[in-house]
Amino acid sequence: MNARRPYKRPMTGWWQKNPYLVEYMLHEATAFFVAAYAVILLVSAMKLAQGQGAWDQWVVWLTSPLSIGIHFVLLAAFAYHAWSWFNIMPRTLPPIIVDGRKVGPQTITFLGLAATVVLSLLLLIVCWGLAR
Amino acid sequence: MKRSNAPIFWLLFGAGGMLSALIGAMLVFITGIAAPAAIILPRASLNYDSVLALAQHWAGKGFLFIVIVLFLWHAAHRIFHTLHDLGIHAGAVAKLICYGSAMVGTLLAARALLAIGF
Repeated sequence: MNARRPYKRPMTGWWQKNPYLVEYMLHEATAFFVAAYAVILLVSAMKLAQGQGAWDQWVVWLTSPLSIGIHFVLLAAFAYHAWSWFNIMPRTLPPIIVDGRKVGPQTITFLGLAATVVLSLLLLIVCWGLAR
Repeated sequence: MKRSNAPIFWLLFGAGGMLSALIGAMLVFITGIAAPAAIILPRASLNYDSVLALAQHWAGKGFLFIVIVLFLWHAAHRIFHTLHDLGIHAGAVAKLICYGSAMVGTLLAARALLAIGF
């Protein structure tokens, strides 16, 4: 008797045929970049706690072309995350009623992205002021 | 009925996703590009004394902790829920690895930031 060999539908690449699912996988993948940046910040805090010698060595890596290149990739992933986050938000929020009318999805996305621009500029100005 | 613990993870995911969407890109630019390459910010902003002063101040310390922890929990939750789409069974082991590593990161961040002092 042969062993039973039930058909298992292969899972590889199932999402690649549909643009909606490609976008889904792309925005889910940003989580790896968010995790990578959190680890970089965590290592920075640990090196700082170890004292000046460890920190100075860490800065040598942070200022290397490799690190700056990695951060450009992270920057692209974070920008895409912000874009997709606020595009999905209208579907994840409960309906918001203002003056008896439901706030439209474009308005929610626009407000989210506008808040990103304003808060990011504010953060840069604060850092610039602290560093002077 | 046993209460579900899902809302806690979902809340951390949402908070981390919101924070990273609002300021994540700018943070990456500041700490990974602007300061190291001396664009807009002076290269001296990475000096040990400057960064130590920032991490010793209660506001800087709290900000760093919140960013590290929320980013970790956001990523852990999202990766855990995407495993199923990649054909990996999202069972107890996967849950332990995802949320466990976020927990370890949280404790390491707390230890480092406390060791830096006030």
